Amino acid sequence: MNLGPEISQAFIVCISAVFTQNILLAYFLGLCPFLGVSREVKTATGLGLAVIFVLTSTCMLNWLVYHYILVLLGLEFFRFILFIIIIAAFVQLVEMVLDRYSPFLYQKLGVFLPLITVNCAILGASLFMVIRDYSFIVTIGYGFGSGLGWFLAIMAMAGIRQKLANDRIPQGLQGPGITLIIAGLMALAFMGFSGVLQGR
Amino acid sequence: MVLDILVAVAVVSSIGTVLAGLLCICEHFLANYGPCRININEERDITVVGGGNLLSTLISEKIFIPSACGGRGTCGLCKLKVLEGAGPLLPTEEPYLSDEETQSDVRLSCQVKVRGDLKIEIPPELFAVREYICRCASIIDLTHDIKQFRFELVEPGQIDFVPGQYIQLLAPVYKKGGEEVYRAYSISSDPSDTNSIELIIRLVPGGICTTYCFECLKVGDQVKFNGPYGDFRLSDNDTPIVFVAGGSGMAPIKCMLHHMKNTGNKRKATYHFGANVVKELFLIDLMSSFESELEDFTFVPVVASPAADESWDGQTGLVTEAVQRNLKNASECEAYLCGSAGLIDAAIKVLMELGTKEEAIFYDKFE
Repeated sequence: MNLGPEISQAFIVCISAVFTQNILLAYFLGLCPFLGVSREVKTATGLGLAVIFVLTSTCMLNWLVYHYILVLLGLEFFRFILFIIIIAAFVQLVEMVLDRYSPFLYQKLGVFLPLITVNCAILGASLFMVIRDYSFIVTIGYGFGSGLGWFLAIMAMAGIRQKLANDRIPQGLQGPGITLIIAGLMALAFMGFSGVLQGR
Repeated sequence: MVLDILVAVAVVSSIGTVLAGLLCICEHFLANYGPCRININEERDITVVGGGNLLSTLISEKIFIPSACGGRGTCGLCKLKVLEGAGPLLPTEEPYLSDEETQSDVRLSCQVKVRGDLKIEIPPELFAVREYICRCASIIDLTHDIKQFRFELVEPGQIDFVPGQYIQLLAPVYKKGGEEVYRAYSISSDPSDTNSIELIIRLVPGGICTTYCFECLKVGDQVKFNGPYGDFRLSDNDTPIVFVAGGSGMAPIKCMLHHMKNTGNKRKATYHFGANVVKELFLIDLMSSFESELEDFTFVPVVASPAADESWDGQTGLVTEAVQRNLKNASECEAYLCGSAGLIDAAIKVLMELGTKEEAIFYDKFE
């Protein structure tokens, strides 16, 4: 089997998931932690890294479950329930393992894991990979790219919000108001990437 | 068709079962930290089951650490020194700890997990903290949104507290889908009455515990609280006192005034109490009886803007403005403030401008 074209397609899908099809700024999935945990660059980094890890691994896991269990049994319609169960169980498991064996990683990533268990970006990516009929290798690229896109978006947002912390914002816009406006402007900026890549 | 449904249900439930089983097995092997020893103040060791957070572990050992948020890491009250075994500082703790605290190993006990043997330091006064069962003896309306609750102690039957301290009242589950919560309230009763406590509570719209107290709690009901906590207390010297309070901030000040009367304290004291309209003032009679019974006490009620149909010949404006007008010897006074964060911050600003020393300003801020 020649994996060359697969890998190059995975690469293209990955890049487009980071920029043109950014899961956060093009689809507005995973907004809740994006708004809630973007006050400092440091915490945003931890959350972003956790999202990259969980998105990549759950996409792979869900691909296997979907193609080797659900499709075989003709139960594709169950994917919503099963995906979320698998994501929740996997995240829980990872948290336990980190907690036990790697205090360092637990401190950096682990504390954020419960926050993203039921994040719609994670479920959304798994569902997109089914709708778009990605192969396993492309799915890896897609999961990683989506996570990286989310990471970049929250990093940018946290950076902007840190700068804003000392600025005078009109009272009615303070807090979520200005944050949503920034998110909208960032989404417009990311739209500028469309056309860079024609791949999906 | 039926077969399809059966297969579907069987598949989903078996996948669910396998995952749940896997998690249970992992939990058994991974999250099982076995018995852990916690050394407290180098004086005694307790052996606990590891795996939980330090706050709830200590509560299960009947050592009560103040906490207003119930272990969610949002109130920052449950600080303890953890000298050994706590692991690195978590990002969830950082916002609540100053650099100084971080360096002296202070942690939020609700975020520290008991993974192994720990060495901790608990301020000795917290050992006096106990859980009390009490019975609601009376509920009196003070204003449209402030009530005074009296609780007779059942078990243990006596409480010993320093005037100014607070307790944490447990609101039980009173509506479907609710949960138990602890909320902190200052004790307002006469400290010589050790068989009961009195609280002055203002209804917070949407508040879990205040809604319970206002709508569900009836005379005769049993409730639990733990305490006493807090280091808001009168100092032991002769400097003149300025009390400033608003609304239910009356509670600890009232308790302190009872105490001054009981102990024959001769300090000069002035009490500025603020309200928006005249009908929000309360316990006026009690305050005027303190004026005649205490050596040198003046009560100054201040109404921000009396309503059109109210007659008011006392001071008007904000309570902080009244303090600014009336206080002549601010630099030699000690100030005791109690009320909302807005009131306290404004009062501190005014007092500092008038020349009161920062270390002579004590407060209990409701947040």
